[in-house]
Amino acid sequence: MGNGTHLGKVRGLGSSGHGSHHWLQQRLTALGNILLIGFLFISFLRLPMTDHGAVLRWASNPMVALALILMVVSVFWHLRLGLTVLIEDYVHGEATRLFALVLLNFYAIGGAAYGIFTIVRIALAPAAGLAPGGM
Amino acid sequence: MAVSILHRASGDGLAIVGALLFLWWLGALAAGPDAYAAFIACVWHDPDAGTFHQITNILGKIVLIGLTWAFFQHLFSGLRHFVLDAGAGYELRTNKLWSTLVIVGALLATAATWLYIFAEALNG
Repeated sequence: MGNGTHLGKVRGLGSSGHGSHHWLQQRLTALGNILLIGFLFISFLRLPMTDHGAVLRWASNPMVALALILMVVSVFWHLRLGLTVLIEDYVHGEATRLFALVLLNFYAIGGAAYGIFTIVRIALAPAAGLAPGGM
Repeated sequence: MAVSILHRASGDGLAIVGALLFLWWLGALAAGPDAYAAFIACVWHDPDAGTFHQITNILGKIVLIGLTWAFFQHLFSGLRHFVLDAGAGYELRTNKLWSTLVIVGALLATAATWLYIFAEALNG
């Protein structure tokens, strides 16, 4: 361990064996969330949310769709990290804990995949000459 | 103490209720005008509401206000954590002051947001 960098000294340590990695990812996705959810929050306040056509036009704008995809990645990554710690703290017993973690991964990865696929559907429906929902 | 457990509670609420509601909204948006109208009628406002939708409209607003609070609480508390990560703000009095400000700030921001939304709704 003698001459390593500070970061090199803590990599792979912690009770879970990947504490510093988790710590850094949680903060990086937190920064992403501030920007991207900030954008979503302000958009929601400014949009006529009950007007399907207006909201759809907004969501199918390529830059908006890109921001929404990045937001889904950042949010689901961040929530997977947060809920992992919740399970590690409160769910005891090896088998139950493993089951909870598997369930969490299904939720986080499945939810993100569904979200991204739906955003792409909305953004590409006009290009494919499809009415929304016709895909 | 309180601000720490609120960070976890608000985060978990956003992670489960917030994320699922977002995906439900997104799916309804992609599925077309009828599905979107059904979503709005369930969660927000149904022009010819039966008893069921009257109840879900109220519940929907309670959940949305709760999510708004959880969002601000988690955001402000998260910003506090960034400061603590930098090694600052550990003196007892400073720490207590910022914990209190996080909680008060989240409540004020939630109130301001919903005053704005309801004012917009009333003005048509």
